[in-house]
Formats: sequence, C-alpha cells, structure tokens
Amino acid sequence: MTNVANAEPSSRRQDVVAALFQSGSFLTGMTLVLFWVVCALFGGHLVPYDPLTEDILNALGPPSARHWFGTDQLGRDILSRVIVGSRDLLIVAPLATILATAVGTVLGLFIGYFRGVIDDVVSRLIEAKMALPSVIVALLAIVALGTSETTVIIVIGLSFGPVIARTVRSAVLSERELDYVAAAKLRRENAIHIMFVEILPNILPPILVESSVRLGYAIFAVATLSFIGFGLQPPSPDWGLSIATNYSMISGGYWWTVLFDALAIASLVVGVNLTADGLHGALND
Amino acid sequence: MACTGPSMTEPALCLDRLSVAYRTGGRDRAVLREVSFTIARGEAYGLVGESGCGKSTVALTAVRYLPRNGSITGGSVMLDGTDVMRLGPEALRQLRANRVSMVYQDPGKALNPSLTVGRQLAEVFEVVGVRPAEREVRALEMLKKVRIADPGSVMRRYPHQLSGGMQQRVAIAMALANEPTMLILDEPTTGLDATVEAEVLDLITDLRRELGTSILFISHNLAVVAKMCDRVGVLYAGMLVEEGLTRETLGSPRHPYTVALLRCLPQGGQRKDHARLDTIPGFLPSPGAPMPGCPFAERCALADGRCRTEIPELGDAHGRLVRCHYPDRAADLPRSSPADVAPARPASEAAPVLRVSNLSKTYSQGGHPIRAVADVSLSLLPGETLGLVGESGSGKTTLARMLLGLVQPDPGGTIELDGKPLAAGLGQRCDEEVKAVQIVFQNPDSALNRSHAVARIIGRALRRLGGFRGADLSRRLDALVEAVRLTPQHLALRPSQLSGGLKQRVAIARSFAGDPRVVVCDEPTSALDVSVQAAILNLLAELQAKRDVSYVFISHDLGVVRYLSDRIAVLYLGRIMEMGPSERVFEGPNHPYTEALLSAVPNLDESQDSRIRLSGEIPSAANPPSGCVFQNRCPRKLGAICETLEPPLTEMEPGHIFRCHIPAEDLERLQRRRKACAQIVGSSPEKARRYELAR
Repeated sequence: MTNVANAEPSSRRQDVVAALFQSGSFLTGMTLVLFWVVCALFGGHLVPYDPLTEDILNALGPPSARHWFGTDQLGRDILSRVIVGSRDLLIVAPLATILATAVGTVLGLFIGYFRGVIDDVVSRLIEAKMALPSVIVALLAIVALGTSETTVIIVIGLSFGPVIARTVRSAVLSERELDYVAAAKLRRENAIHIMFVEILPNILPPILVESSVRLGYAIFAVATLSFIGFGLQPPSPDWGLSIATNYSMISGGYWWTVLFDALAIASLVVGVNLTADGLHGALND
Repeated sequence: MACTGPSMTEPALCLDRLSVAYRTGGRDRAVLREVSFTIARGEAYGLVGESGCGKSTVALTAVRYLPRNGSITGGSVMLDGTDVMRLGPEALRQLRANRVSMVYQDPGKALNPSLTVGRQLAEVFEVVGVRPAEREVRALEMLKKVRIADPGSVMRRYPHQLSGGMQQRVAIAMALANEPTMLILDEPTTGLDATVEAEVLDLITDLRRELGTSILFISHNLAVVAKMCDRVGVLYAGMLVEEGLTRETLGSPRHPYTVALLRCLPQGGQRKDHARLDTIPGFLPSPGAPMPGCPFAERCALADGRCRTEIPELGDAHGRLVRCHYPDRAADLPRSSPADVAPARPASEAAPVLRVSNLSKTYSQGGHPIRAVADVSLSLLPGETLGLVGESGSGKTTLARMLLGLVQPDPGGTIELDGKPLAAGLGQRCDEEVKAVQIVFQNPDSALNRSHAVARIIGRALRRLGGFRGADLSRRLDALVEAVRLTPQHLALRPSQLSGGLKQRVAIARSFAGDPRVVVCDEPTSALDVSVQAAILNLLAELQAKRDVSYVFISHDLGVVRYLSDRIAVLYLGRIMEMGPSERVFEGPNHPYTEALLSAVPNLDESQDSRIRLSGEIPSAANPPSGCVFQNRCPRKLGAICETLEPPLTEMEPGHIFRCHIPAEDLERLQRRRKACAQIVGSSPEKARRYELAR
C-alpha cells in the first residue's frame, strides 16, 4: 500500500478550470466582462474624442462616419462616453458585491452553524428585508446618509448581504452534519475555527456562484441609482446618468442618445450573468 | 465463444469479446476488455469483483444503457437471440420493455418518490401493453408474488412509507412484471440488513424456481453469489479472469486473484489472535492504463517475466476457464502479508477502562418519545474489543455517540472512564477525557475535510490532542503516518486524491493522534472492498496489540465482528439482548434474535445451518412491542409472558448474559437440535424446516 498510483490524475481545481474553458456561457460572459474592464482601465487612451468636450454646433448629431454613435445634446461624442462610462460602475458594483459577500458569509456561517433562536430570528428578519424592494431601501438610505460612492457601496452591500447569507446558511446546514465537523469537536476546536477553517473552504463554490449572480444585480442597482440621480453627478459619462439626462430626447427621435448606454448596461449585466452561469455549471459537475 | 448456434439452445445472454471504453479527460479509457460469457436459459450467473472492475458496466452494456461518454469499442451482446448492438430505437425500447429487467442497489432511488407503488406498477403494465382495466389486478398479483402480505395497502403507499426491504420487493415486482427472460440484479441486497437480505435472497431463489428467469447477479459479496448462482465469473480490471461452477470456483480457485480475494475474508471463525488476514498488495490498475501483460501481474506474488509481457488467454483448466499462464500454481500463492501475530495476552485482570451503566437516549419526534437506546450497561477492559451488532435502527450508533459525548444521554445513566465519572457532554469533559475516547467514522468522505491536505488533517489532531509543536510535531507525524502504513508522499494530497482504503488510514491515524484509551470504530470497513477491508482490519488489530487500546467495534458484518472482537453485544431496538465472549455468542446457546441474525448471514463454508427467517419488519422505536421487544418476530416465542413482561438480563454462564424468558438449558437443547437436523438433512433449508416441524 505504498504507491500513489491510484490517486486521481488531476485535482478538482484543474477539473473546474478545464470545465470552465469548455463552457460556452462562461467564455462568452467573460469576453463581455473583460471587454468592459479593458474599456474602464484603458478607455481614456482608446476613445476617438474627449468624452467631456462639448461641441454645441454638432449637438444631437445622428450616428455617422465621424461619430459612430452620434452626439448628445451638448455635442459630446457618445461612443467615447460609452467607452469610459463603465469606469465608476465597475468600481462601485464589485466593491458593493465584495462587501455583501463578506457580510453574507459571516452572517450565514453563524446562523447556519449555531441554529436555534438566533437563526430563527435572523432568518425571519432576512425574509422581511427581502420583501422590500432593494432600490427603494437604498434610495431612503442615500437620502438619509447623503450621496457619495461610499454610501452607494455600503447601502448596496448591506442590502445584498442577507441574500447571500441565506445561500451560505443552507450550505452550512448540510456541511455541519458531516463527520469532519464532529471530528473537529472531538479535538476541542472552538466554533470560530470550525466555521472558518473547517466549513468555509468547503462552501466556497456556492458562495462564488451566488456572489457572481449578485454582481449582476449590483451593476443593475448602481445604474438604476445613477439614473434616478442618486449616484454619480454630471458631467460624469456614467451610463445610468447619461440615460437619465437624455431620455427625454427619445420622444424627439434622438434615440441614439439613450440606446447605446442602455445596450452597454445590458451587455455588462448579461456578461456577468453568463459568467455566473458558467461558474455554476463548472462547480456543480 | 461466439454467440451463434442452433436456435434451439439460444442462450439468454451472450457477450462475445465485448470491449467498452469511457471517454474522460479527452481520452478513451478501456473499462471492459474482450469480456465473453454466456448465460443459459434459467441459469443464474454471478459476476464478482471489486469496485472499479467493470461489473456494472457489463449490466449497462447488456441493455445498451451506457452513460453518454461510454462507447462499445468491440464485440457484441446477444440478448435472447437478438443482437442488442444492431437494434433501432423502437426495437431497443421493445427489448427493454419486454425481455430484460434490472434491479439496482438502492431501491429508494429506483422508485419514483412522488407516485404510489400501485401507480408505478401499473405503469410497467402500460408499457407492456396491458389493458387499463387489468393493470391494477396484475399489479396486485405481482405484489403477492413477491410475498408482500398486504398488497392492497402497499399499492396505495408511497415508496418512502416502506422499509428498505419492502422497497426492494416492490422494485423486484416491477422488474418481473413484464416476465423478462433476463433479470439483471446489480448489488440488490448491498444496502440491506442481514435479516432483510436473507429474505430478499430467498425471494429471488423462489421466484427463479417459479418463473425460470435467467439471472445475471452482480455483487461484491462472494458469499451471496455462492448462495445464489450456478456459475460465477470473476472480473478484474475489465477482464474476466476466472469462470466456472460457483462451488468449484469459490471452493478451489485457480486464478491467483480469486485465491487472494477469498483469503481476504475472515472465515471459519478466524480471530485476530489466531492470524492476520491476507491482503492484496497494490491497487487495481486505473481504467485505460496500458496493459502489456496479465492485469494482475503487478499484485501477484507468482508473477514472472512472462506474466508482465504477455496477456494470458482465458484458457480451459480442468473444466474451468482461467486467464493465467500458471493456473496450477494458484493454490500455492504465498501470503502477501505475514500471518503471525504476537501471542494472545492473558485475559486482563485490570479494572475496566470504560464502564457504562443504565445509559438511555430518548429522542422526541412530533411529541412522541423515541427510545433509541434503553438502559444499556456494559464495560470494556483495556486492550479489549467489544463488538456491537444489530440491524439498522438498533441504536448502535447512538450508543457510540453517547460514549464520545456527541449525543447527550438521558439523565440517570453514567459513563465512567478509569473509574472516574465522565461528563455527558463533550463541552464539560476535560482535554484528557476528550482525547481518551475517539472514533473512526464509517464514511471517510464525510469524516475527512475535503479541502484539507492529509498532513494538515493528521497534524492538527496531533497538535490539538497530543499537544505537540514544532520539530516534535513533525517527528510524531512521521511516526504516526508510518504506523498506519501511509507514506510521506501521501501527506501533501487531499482526501479526494486517495483511494477509500487510504482515506480510512488517514482517519485511523487521526483518531490515534492523542494516544486514546478507547476508539469507537463505527462500521470502518463497510464502504471498502474486501482486500482493502482485510488490510484495515489487520491495521486495527496491530495498533491494538501495540498500544493496548480498547475498541468499541460496530459492524453489520458478523464475520468482521467475529475476527476483531473479544466480546460481543447484540442490540435490538436499543436494548442489549445478549452479551458475552465472542466465541460463546457465535457458538451458542444464543438468544433467539442472535440465532436468527447468525443464520441469516450467507456463508462461504458450505456447512449451512437450516435457516431461521424473521417475519415482519423491525418495529419502530417510537412504538416498541409490549413485553419483550422481540416477541412479535421471535421464532421461539413462548406465549403470553413474552407479550406482557420484558425479560430481565440473566446470566446464562459466567460473563454471558441474555434477555429471554426461555431458560438457557431449553434454548441450548432447541438450538442443538436445529443444528443437528440441519446436518442430517444437508444444506436444503426447506427439508430441514420440514424435518424440524415433524419432530
């Protein structure tokens, strides 16, 4: 019994990576997301025009060879604005999601591991919270706390946290019944060790999937908040904000002032969701 | 071995040089290599081998039901004269509907949980084309045929409302509903208790006699195959290595693998202080591994240069097919592990290390109390093994978990360690007490943290339980790893990269990290193949001899319990029915429940006792029978007294106690007579039963 020949040839991690690279939805989603990440990082060098330079003489020009996506009411190049418009969104939404994941993981581990009264109370509170529309809650919080990116991150992070906590809780509930948890108790490990060192590494896959799904929602929520004026302020080229400032033009036939920003939001959300879907498939094989 | 012949003698199933490969990781890996065998009409053919040798693939290929990544790379399958490989979709559907049926290991998964039994059975008749009006009647008939006492009510129930044994009967009823020529049974009794297994096997035997169905019986359990099958084929690494009449093949095997496999089983009352079990060194070649010579050569003590370079043909050796260059040498296969053991220590006069008095556990379910363990008292000497046996639901695991402090017992009972009272809950025990009582769990996949490497799993236990640090820790780690026969290469691996046996060694190392006084072994080998089981049992026996540790050994496999135990306690519905020295419990006189349990186990030795069959189900612990809890199933029930008064535990002979109203002398007389009549009438249980009745 001394050789290792019977050991599986590849580790689980390698299997997951291989599965990801065979997954169409993961590759498509990742391509979309990476495209926008590149735009956010290097957009300033890629744009044909400065996104903030106004050119009133060419205001509201339709898509043309010079301005592929047309110009807005101040004559700014929409293509350039769409390219750099992802920057703030791609900072705020991921940070909010990371906060939500951290809060949700800790909360979920505690209520799932200890069960009992705490679990009953917290779970009911989470359900009550989920019954409220998160954008309205966020709106009220922002009104109370004042508009800033930090507020948006905290508000969205805390409002998505409980959703992740539910997923973590259900994963913990099945893990805590496994014998390795009993074995840890028989070594007198404390609860914190059991939760974070023994259980947490085994529930990372569902947490990862849930956070990536939440990232899609967070992008949407941040864009919505900008749209209703509680996110970034003009003259930022942010997509939600651009839609908000231009959507009254649609009735005048100036569809291009809104369409490309809307498509940009949609493509990023779809990209994130496809990535999440691919992750889910690869991790649940 | 081609599958063509005069149509009058068409075999029920014929495999001709069948090769199957699974595609994983972008490569085709051969799982079956030119497997050929024939099952005649009405014949029962057993296919045995360890896990991963391709048994189930044979079954799936026979009905062309391979998983998507599986492909047939050569050969043919003739089922009832039809070439299965050439059938179109509709013809294949017809074949599966009308001529072949399968029964799987886990009836709970094979039955649809959201349909009643009646509906599911009717569905089978619908597929066969029975008119709607007749379906229910036919379904009722079928349930009667599989000896279900109250078919009307079973028809209206859902699968989860039936016990495992009943579920398997329903699955068999569904399989037989279309009157198939070929019935494929894939480990049909593996998850069942011994008494239930015995009933299901009897049922299959009877039905076979009635219906004349041919059977392909797949099992890892050699004794079950020996009881059920006319002929047997031994599969190793996707190749048939030996085939012949069951009695001859298992009685005097000619392939070294078959020889080695049989030697791994504790047989004929072999015990840990007689000899160590033999093991098979090394591992099964992984699927698709290049095979220049005999697949078993790497693990065979008889192999020479020819075996490693030339694949032997499946050749005729004295009326048997054997795939070995030297079939006449197999019997001389040297042992792969030394048999000698240290001489048994004289019976210890020391004070017991663990003493349990009046321990009970009552769970509450929907307001109803359920007594999982009732008033159990026992003691354990240093270096002794106490075997706990009983069917599922008998409270074995609850009792073990109470000893560990994982389950809080009812107030009133006490546990003492070295004469000092032990707190009931783990939280109230001091470090010394916690490390003194440890456990090896049944399922290493659940017991080992899958995201931690072996070094971390064992190292953490040494640090927490042994209190070792730094260089001391790594020295201890090396020593412990060596003691359980792992190697330093294993330390960096995660559990998923280890085989089942290696995982269980890691679990054993962990439980020994703090030099425990008592280790609870909860079915530690039930998930393992026999060759691996033998190595683990040897290891446990060796560690016990060296470290003077005591075991509480839980197992449903009586052969295994007998090998390792000094004393045995038989549990039924949470109560100790009998407890005594291992030899005495196996030799008798016994409690009637023990007697039934012992006779239910299929045995490789042909000296089969006449069988005792327990009728009915194990009662629920929520609603135990009045008086003696065994009275409603007891074959030796006296009468009213059994229903009204729970018998006390009485001493039959020094150190051997049991709980029965029948006096020990009467039991002894009755049981001696049963054994005697079994010997007179031979191995036919039917005749023996009649003989006994006549007397």
